[in-house]
Amino acid sequence: MARLVLTRRSLLRAGLASAAALPLGGCEAFDFLKDRENAMRDFMIGMNKLTYRTQRLLQSPDLLAPEFAAADIRQDQHPNGSVEPDTDDYLELLQGNFTDYRLMVDGLVERPMRFTLDALRAMPPRTQITRHDCVEGWSCIAKWQGAPLKHILDQVGVRPHARYVVFHCFDAIEKSLSGEILYYESIDLIDARHPQTILAYAMNDKPLPVANGAPLRVRVERQLGYKMAKYIRRIELVSDFGQIGEGHGSYWADRGYEWYAGI
Amino acid sequence: MPDRPYNPGRLIKRQKLATRVTHWIWAVCLFFLLLSGLQIFNAHPALYLGDQSGFTYENAILEIEGFPSWLIIPSTQDLATGRVVHFFFAWILVMTLALWLVASLFNRHLRKDLLPTARDARNLVPDIRDHLKLRFIHAVRYSPLQKLAYGGVLFVLFPLIILTGLAMSPGMNAVMPWLPELFGGRQSARTVHFAVMVLLVLFFIVHMTMIVLAGPLNELRSIVTGRYRLSPRRKSEASHG
Repeated sequence: MARLVLTRRSLLRAGLASAAALPLGGCEAFDFLKDRENAMRDFMIGMNKLTYRTQRLLQSPDLLAPEFAAADIRQDQHPNGSVEPDTDDYLELLQGNFTDYRLMVDGLVERPMRFTLDALRAMPPRTQITRHDCVEGWSCIAKWQGAPLKHILDQVGVRPHARYVVFHCFDAIEKSLSGEILYYESIDLIDARHPQTILAYAMNDKPLPVANGAPLRVRVERQLGYKMAKYIRRIELVSDFGQIGEGHGSYWADRGYEWYAGI
Repeated sequence: MPDRPYNPGRLIKRQKLATRVTHWIWAVCLFFLLLSGLQIFNAHPALYLGDQSGFTYENAILEIEGFPSWLIIPSTQDLATGRVVHFFFAWILVMTLALWLVASLFNRHLRKDLLPTARDARNLVPDIRDHLKLRFIHAVRYSPLQKLAYGGVLFVLFPLIILTGLAMSPGMNAVMPWLPELFGGRQSARTVHFAVMVLLVLFFIVHMTMIVLAGPLNELRSIVTGRYRLSPRRKSEASHG
């Protein structure tokens, strides 16, 4: 009899233990975190601000991302995201080999300006061999050449209350009922004025290929790849990005990714 | 055994409050870090050696289909949410580790419980023999194997997984460019991060097995309430604990 009780008790105990483990196995239990309106998720993504502040505290503004040697370039830059924009205005510019391309720089600036590619190429260039880290987890080393963004910002004159630089792009990753959703990104003025932040027009000693963002892409070497917008059409200086897109400061931030991608 | 059939040992206060609280915070953190980490891994389920990922050359050492939905948080492909969960609990883990380190220096948990002694070295072989025979002696102090396992997790695996995590951050790469190089490049650091995860999972399996074998109620009580029942003393073991 005593043995029977023991067996029953241990069975019960085993049953309880597996019942407790069940919700742990089925990870659907945490799928509510996928909802971008969820308060718990909102609280958790708040940690991104701590990451941002901590990294800004540890980095002096001009602290460089690691640069590599020519021998470290082992392959072409792996293209990702949009690789063949098909918006009408982009295709038209591509057909004319970007001779009619003008980079518009406006917003909170003293002198809104348009730049031709020749004007950008005439600026003192910066060349850097850096490692591109994609949010997906892969890395690729390539050589980038372009005009320092700081130089362009100095020419247009940044107004005192500007806080972010927004890159508006030609490419549409998705199309909604109301039309194409164009890619955009934003960075703070510390990254915008960083010596390695360039508007790249050349990659691995050749003109920037379409798959990698022709005619112009930005390099933000202390952050992940999605911050480095390709196919840039316009640069806008703003004091806050709440009115742009869905208000989170970037195409991917509107889709649940962190605005600051230093990690 | 000439003893009476029921001969409980002494009930002692074994685990300090700081040890118990940090233990359970880590348990929760590691659960979420593991499953959100596998979600992040699924975005590019391959591991490489070196600085970069070979697309047109071969440096991959592992390429799989990805982990099934019951092993990832959230349960469907969602890199953004996986990252939000992962970095939230990464911060909690690191803050708890810092708290634990300070508390364990003050309450002497480090020196009294974890630091291996000359006696541990002498008792290592007998302890291995005891474990192989599934003979568990509930002593006041951790056995040599326990010290090695817990010390290994706290002072080797935790620092390694945090450092390899930081080595993958482009922002931290500017601050500590030597860090990814220490592991042989960013992609190697990512591979080590993954390998340490596997070791932590192995530790967890052994940890659970030992708790079940050594008496789950007594072991659980010691890490929940702090109280732990020692093995009844026998003459031959009087000096062991």
